[in-house]
Amino acid sequence: MTDIAWIEAAVAGARPKAISALLRYFRDLDIAEEAFQEACLKALALWPQKGPPRDPTAWLIFVGRNAAIDVVRRRSREAELPDEAALSDLGDAEASLADRLDDAHYRDDILRLLFICCHPDLSATQQIALALRIVSGLTVPQIARAFLVSEAAMEQRITRAKSRIAKAGVPFETPGPVERAERLAAVATMIYLVFNEGYSAPSVDGARTRLCDEAIRLARLLLRLFPAEPEIMGLAALMLLQHSRLEARFDADGALILLDDQDRSLWNGAMIAEGLALIDKAMRHRRPGPYLIQAAIAALHARAARPEETDWQQIDLLYATLEHLQPSPVVTLNRAVAVSKVAGPAAALAMIEPLAGPLGSYFHYFGLVGHLLLQLGRPAEARQAFDRAIALARTPAEAAHIRSHLDRLAAEAAPRAIAASAI
Amino acid sequence: MLYAILCYHSEDVVGSWTKEEDDAVMARLAVVHEKLARDGRLGPVARLLPTTAATTLRKDQDPPLVLDGPFAETKEQLLGFYLVEGGSLEEILDVTRDLAAANPGGAYEVRPVGVYHPGGGKP
Repeated sequence: MTDIAWIEAAVAGARPKAISALLRYFRDLDIAEEAFQEACLKALALWPQKGPPRDPTAWLIFVGRNAAIDVVRRRSREAELPDEAALSDLGDAEASLADRLDDAHYRDDILRLLFICCHPDLSATQQIALALRIVSGLTVPQIARAFLVSEAAMEQRITRAKSRIAKAGVPFETPGPVERAERLAAVATMIYLVFNEGYSAPSVDGARTRLCDEAIRLARLLLRLFPAEPEIMGLAALMLLQHSRLEARFDADGALILLDDQDRSLWNGAMIAEGLALIDKAMRHRRPGPYLIQAAIAALHARAARPEETDWQQIDLLYATLEHLQPSPVVTLNRAVAVSKVAGPAAALAMIEPLAGPLGSYFHYFGLVGHLLLQLGRPAEARQAFDRAIALARTPAEAAHIRSHLDRLAAEAAPRAIAASAI
Repeated sequence: MLYAILCYHSEDVVGSWTKEEDDAVMARLAVVHEKLARDGRLGPVARLLPTTAATTLRKDQDPPLVLDGPFAETKEQLLGFYLVEGGSLEEILDVTRDLAAANPGGAYEVRPVGVYHPGGGKP
């Protein structure tokens, strides 16, 4: 690896810790970001000559902090009232730098930073955008590309998010145990939103795939800080298992390939191994939460070498547990797939028919209804369901998938129609 | 004499490699491995999964304490390692408890293996 590539990797790896420590000093996202930026520039200039420091993160925090203190001092001289209290506070911080660099402090710092990014005043897309900008260090053009919006729109979205946070006034105290648990749950949701933003990409696309990698990196970071949280293990496992199928999910034309039809040799074995190891660890805690259960379901698919070997019975049981923990029509809809395998399409259809109201504008609802009706030999009703599904498709791949069913139905219906007219 | 070569690196850094960078490192390592294997000097090579997948069994209590996370006590040194096959973490923890009963003090870290090459040497 070249010097520059090494420095980039070291800086990317240090970023969450460094930014969050700098945020604690300056209590301002923009100053923390500028300070880190400044430190990175100095690293690029100095590390190739002098070699990398023993602890790149500590180096970046130290240098970034000094650079920003200079700026703050200059600004406060320009301002009419110099903020002496703030400056003496910074002086104290310098003395205890080494002290502050252990993992316990990083843990609260990083959690605070992630929590700020998922502030309840922000919309979900603002939360994701802010986390990707601040924590992951993705550039605004990169984020804009991933979200398929213009750079200006994304810049505006992030700026608004920052000013909203500044106005809201964020507490900087070390969170207590209850607050920490709440924050952790909010952060987990935000990370999963980042992942889904990448996972729901209409095709394999570098910018979007990167979001999945980034979400997994953030989950690993959280796990290093909280090694005994089964739901975070479950979240990391769930994302690893879903992402392991990346290469198998789309065909050469970019059309979606369903789980049963995927070439399982294309699934990423290392990601599956890591996901299964995390589930194993989490199960020892005996308090399964929604992420862990979803991961366990994904694991049963991953463990089946061929689709016929899938343990649908177990999947049905896991969905039943999930329904109990987190009742939602979408969970019931997913469970119906397992029920159709275990108890047949009629049982599955009976289970989801009452969901027509809440899921009346949900693509997957009509897709599954269509499939079940086909299996039950009711092609005319199936066609109606597929027609509604195609109208609700969000991506060309989804639409193409349903289109292929409609085409097959049409092809099958055509000879029959001819036969009928012949009689 | 056989030598164990233990790989250390910052997980923050390695975790930040893109898939392309990681593949490039692995490809360069494979060239070195191949040469050693041709000479019959290469034993097993293992790449461990991230420390987030680790579990630690501390032996200084009875019964030993099983903790999530990697071994992190810098006052103790790595004295050896086993490669053991097992179907589940529970199964491996049972083996580890047996080892712990026979060998007091310290800790065992259980880290799943991500990549394994049996090496080109004679058995």
